[in-house]
Amino acid sequence: MEIFAQQIVNGLVLGSIYALVALGYTMVYGILGLINFAHGDITMIGALVSLAIIQLLAAAGLPAPVILLLAGSGAVVVCATLGLSIERVAYRPLRRAPRLAPLITAIGVSILLQYSAALVWGKQYISLPQIIEPAQFTIFGAQLTSLQAAIFLLACLIMAGLLWFIKTSRMGRAMRATEQNPDVAGLMGVNTNSVIAFTFVLGSAIGAVAGLMVVLYYGLGHYFMGFMLGLKAFTAAVLGGIGNVGGAVLGGLLLGVIESLAAGYIGDLTGGVLGSNYRDIFAFLVLVLVLVLRPSGLLGHRGGDRV
Amino acid sequence: MSASAPWRRVAWVVIALLLLAAPFLIEILFGRTWVRITDVALLFIMLALGLNIVVGFAGLLDLGYIAFFAVGAYCYALLASPQLGMHWPFLVLLPLGAMVAAVFGILLGAPTLRLRGDYLAIVTLGFGEIIRVLLNNLNRPVNITNGPQGITLIDPLQIGGFSLAQTHSFAGLTFTALHNYYFVFLACAVLSIIISRRLEDSRIGRAWVAIREDELAAASMGINTRNMKLLAFAMGATFGGVAGGLFASFQGFISPESFHLIDSIMVLCMVVLGGMGNVAGVVLGAVLLTVLPEALRYIGPLQQRWFGEVFIDPSDLRMLLFGLALVLMMLFRPSGIWPARRRKAEENHAAG
Amino acid sequence: MHKYTLRHVTAALIAATLMTACGKEAPPPAPKAEAPKAPEVMTVKIGSASPLTGPQAHIGIDIRNGVQLAIEDLNAKGVEIGGKKVKFELVSEDDEANPTKATTVAQKLVDAKVAAVVGHFNSGASIPASKVYADGGVPQISPSSTNPDYTLKGFKTTFRVVAHDGQQGPTLARFAINNLKAKSIAVIDDSTAYGQGLADNFEATAKALGAKIIAREHTTDKDTDFKAILTKIKGRKPDLIMFGGIDPQAGPMIKQMKELGIKAKFIGGDGMQTPNFIKLAGDASDGAMASIPGLPKDQMPGGKVFLEKYKAKFNQEVELFAPMGYDAVFVFVEAMKRAGSADPAKFLAEIGKTDYQGVIGPIAFDDKGDLKNGPITIYVVKGGKWEPLEIVKPDAAPAAAPAASAPAAIAPAPEAKK
Repeated sequence: MEIFAQQIVNGLVLGSIYALVALGYTMVYGILGLINFAHGDITMIGALVSLAIIQLLAAAGLPAPVILLLAGSGAVVVCATLGLSIERVAYRPLRRAPRLAPLITAIGVSILLQYSAALVWGKQYISLPQIIEPAQFTIFGAQLTSLQAAIFLLACLIMAGLLWFIKTSRMGRAMRATEQNPDVAGLMGVNTNSVIAFTFVLGSAIGAVAGLMVVLYYGLGHYFMGFMLGLKAFTAAVLGGIGNVGGAVLGGLLLGVIESLAAGYIGDLTGGVLGSNYRDIFAFLVLVLVLVLRPSGLLGHRGGDRV
Repeated sequence: MSASAPWRRVAWVVIALLLLAAPFLIEILFGRTWVRITDVALLFIMLALGLNIVVGFAGLLDLGYIAFFAVGAYCYALLASPQLGMHWPFLVLLPLGAMVAAVFGILLGAPTLRLRGDYLAIVTLGFGEIIRVLLNNLNRPVNITNGPQGITLIDPLQIGGFSLAQTHSFAGLTFTALHNYYFVFLACAVLSIIISRRLEDSRIGRAWVAIREDELAAASMGINTRNMKLLAFAMGATFGGVAGGLFASFQGFISPESFHLIDSIMVLCMVVLGGMGNVAGVVLGAVLLTVLPEALRYIGPLQQRWFGEVFIDPSDLRMLLFGLALVLMMLFRPSGIWPARRRKAEENHAAG
Repeated sequence: MHKYTLRHVTAALIAATLMTACGKEAPPPAPKAEAPKAPEVMTVKIGSASPLTGPQAHIGIDIRNGVQLAIEDLNAKGVEIGGKKVKFELVSEDDEANPTKATTVAQKLVDAKVAAVVGHFNSGASIPASKVYADGGVPQISPSSTNPDYTLKGFKTTFRVVAHDGQQGPTLARFAINNLKAKSIAVIDDSTAYGQGLADNFEATAKALGAKIIAREHTTDKDTDFKAILTKIKGRKPDLIMFGGIDPQAGPMIKQMKELGIKAKFIGGDGMQTPNFIKLAGDASDGAMASIPGLPKDQMPGGKVFLEKYKAKFNQEVELFAPMGYDAVFVFVEAMKRAGSADPAKFLAEIGKTDYQGVIGPIAFDDKGDLKNGPITIYVVKGGKWEPLEIVKPDAAPAAAPAASAPAAIAPAPEAKK
């Protein structure tokens, strides 16, 4: 039981990071119908920028909360700017182009981000200086650090805030209108260009926070780290129903828990024939199963496909 | 039109002669490295044409196409290496690889028939990863694929005592393994081009286009969309399966490392960048994306010659330029470098 | 229209080259042009092939740095081969850790008429490339490919200066059971040729010696979250966890072990015996053990100097295989000196007869081209540093614990030898 509780805790913390990154995918997809393949790498930039700031300030001997706040804001500013410029340069000119064209520019941008990061930070794994000493405590027999708890709570807070923002604010309404039909929204006086740009900024900023969390949680950064993270987050977004913000949250948390349980229990359930090496397969099998039963993801629109 | 026919015939003969002489010309002009790169480019032409059937013709976004390449390669490798102690002839293995890949294509297609667009993309992506992870892990409890260690000592293509891996002399020319494989790959690539062109103009090809443009309308026109989609997956997979078998025999060694998601993405880039749906464009895309990264390797030394110093690690510079090239080419030619006529028309329509 | 665009793209590409090249960003660890003056100098090219881009670039660059350092040292020292002064030149290629690219790159090196090649990193790249080198008659030393298959193809040009999985794994297992008295062991690998090979060989020997393998888990070489498998392992209460893999995984892994409150000891192979492991794991690294083939590096005549030189030159610690890359170059050059020629056809036969004291220890090859079984040193992390703990002889009978009980066997302080 202890072990099971521990696995759930592991999964939820991992899942909350997936969910934050998934938000970036899902918001852009909801509005543009575009898989922003570069989003994982924006998260990577967020992680490396915050890591660099932490290294710099830790050497200066500032108190940890100040360092974290500055690192977070620095990463958010850099990533938001980056998201904005990528949208402007690589996606906006292709808005009326064939559907797959922006996919290629996204891959191009992703490569550009990776190797720009390699130029700035090198290709070594960069380690985090120890600035915080997380306290350990136990819930239901599961070990939890204060850092894990903070990551999970902050992620939930951001997601709740985002849902509330989209539901109630003026910009949120404009985003929803653009998602429904950009042309009509434009006719109704919504400046769709700035709505789309704002979506990128918001998604990238959340990605930056996720990047900071990854750095704090795992204690490392690397110029290629965005790839796997992006892939998992994208899977999570589709699992929940891509384009749906609540779906991304659900998909992220679910994927985290599925991975944890799969790695923990496949071996015993199959009598040792399969092992934790099949964890990633298991996640994808669940995805296929969900999509076969509900072709538009758990919380997706019934229509599913954009024509 | 008819007046130009003799000229066209002459042009074809010249092209054919050039293709036959190509490995020797390339070796003299650029060295053997480029013969090898040409061989790889021919393989990728086959792959890109296969994916073009799925993505370009039928409009089904497939992000796991490399899995069929892997299936074909492992099919060949397992049955023609000491791994399982079997050494079947390639004349059996290549068609077998194609068939097995086709079965996998249907296996992938069947559960995903209801999915469209980007949902299909993620499921195919998952499929590609599943195949790779399986290949990486089918070494326990029973060792089938030898896991991450890969399969080595794979038989080369051979008929009787004539092995393509050996150097032969004929009519004063030296045929190394690279040259021998060039001609086999060329034949297969040309065959793929012919099949693709035939398919494009056939009933099947038109049915695929109809499905791509509007599935509902296609179904109401009496097209069996289910069978047609499965056929697209199976046909596309066949190309990948054959290419995989050829690849395994050419390399003599395969491991799951060759079949990553990034390889699927590269093949997709070839299709989209070249001109989705247009056979000539796809061939161009495959050649360009195989040659470009290799050509960019020469940038490093240039940097040193021009500036007397290396400012950026040449390998980083190469990747940066590659990324930039992808972005720029798409910005300038959103329908691909050599788009299909139908797509071009659509684009003009949309823009106007 | 078509032509216009192509020209556009080309122009843009060139512009971009100029722009990026003008921005003086990171100081490049690449060779600088040296003006050749003396007319009688013969230039000998040495190839280096490893992944310089992609997720494994940090290790690939490390190898290239080692090769580069060796070449610079040799040029500074001045080498004569067959009575002629020789200047060595590095030809570095990026194989992207991709088997197909590896063969292309190998061909490129053969075409460039390199005398010898140090490479590749991955077994999956070294094996297909070995055929290209064999066809081209160019000797190849892999600094890092541990797959036993690599040298089994019968090529005369294929060597390695790293212990293969069949050598290191069993020795590590003997140490774990005889010295650490481990009874129940959990084994984790990273699903790569290296990690899994090491773990498999460890597991087999450990079982044969009577230990219980209570869990066999797998992760990947891109993962950073191991909580799930560690939680499962925690439930089985092992007294030792063995990891087959490299430092980017090993570091976070031991950290997460401590977070989960796992008390078991942690041991691994040469892939995690790096300074970076300690950096990534922080305080959690204390007590972690790892083996490295060869004698303790700072006991080797050139070892300590090498580590310092590397740090001074590249402004970073040795990652992993730089010493192997460094030694590989010297093995080639020694063979050239003995043969009196830099022609591969002439000095190839001499490589097999190598008997060289390198940075990594004594180097000699068996008839397959593998490193002859040598001693393996076990290190332990103490106070944020890797300290030699024990030297294990490979030939020791499994039952006989070599100097197990005496902690006095721990190597003397590095300062003792200078």
